[in-house]
Amino acid sequence: MQQTDSDISAPVPERRRPLSPHLSIYKLSRYSLLSSFTNRLTGGALSAGLILLVYWLLASASGARAYARAAAVLASLPLKILYALLLAAFAYHLVAGIRHLIWDTGRGLERTQSQRSAWLVMTIALLLAILACYWAFFLRSRAS
Amino acid sequence: MSGSGRTSDDEARGPEARFDGRADRSESGSAASWRSPLGRVRGRGSAKEGVAHWWVQRLTSVALIPLGCWFVVSLLALPALDYVTVADWLGNAWTALLMVLFVLVAAWHSQLGVQVIIEDYVHESGMKTLSIALSSFAHVLLAAAGVLAVLRITLRSVA
Repeated sequence: MQQTDSDISAPVPERRRPLSPHLSIYKLSRYSLLSSFTNRLTGGALSAGLILLVYWLLASASGARAYARAAAVLASLPLKILYALLLAAFAYHLVAGIRHLIWDTGRGLERTQSQRSAWLVMTIALLLAILACYWAFFLRSRAS
Repeated sequence: MSGSGRTSDDEARGPEARFDGRADRSESGSAASWRSPLGRVRGRGSAKEGVAHWWVQRLTSVALIPLGCWFVVSLLALPALDYVTVADWLGNAWTALLMVLFVLVAAWHSQLGVQVIIEDYVHESGMKTLSIALSSFAHVLLAAAGVLAVLRITLRSVA
């Protein structure tokens, strides 16, 4: 006996709903999925970074003494490590985001293409992150 | 029996109409809609506001490419991060303008992104709604605070 869609009393599973593929169906070794997850992760990290940015802006708007107090926190070692991570997150999210925008035009969606671009994104993001961290932590400290 | 009448009607209206009418064809069995009647009543489904969310996330991401690069590069290029240097930099009208845009667009993009993360990982319906509401409040707070701070600096440096 066939279950029809209009039968509202039917229990949900019997209505043959399509399920999106569960995470475990993908191979993590295929880099594409990992790259998508990393994009989400870095996006979340940057959202948290927004709090630090606004705190810094508010401190700047509150005068020299308030800024000095905030700077003592913002220049501490744990936060400096966090800035390095945020720079890396920004680099990754930027490059991976551009990859997503290219996907949205319908290009580069083939499996071999997306695997190649995943490696390309990782390589460019890593280079950008190293460059930005070098600039932030070595070039700047030498200048000041 | 009503099916034959609708079919000719659909053909007159073109393929869109036929696609549209798919939900009503469950009696034929082969082309059953995946949308449940309950779901239809509650207005659940991608035809509501999913497209706007997707589109704004794309628009803000495009805007954030130049804005984000500008922010990171100019921050790294500042000779120092002491109060005088930073306040002077943020007091500049162009810096203030770009910073206001960056904070607003970044907060917007972030709110959309966090919403998707909550929708995916928080399964309980009430908790999901609550989390999204709290996240939205927090993002509006961040955006308002950031804009206010920049305005305060840049307007003070004019006076």
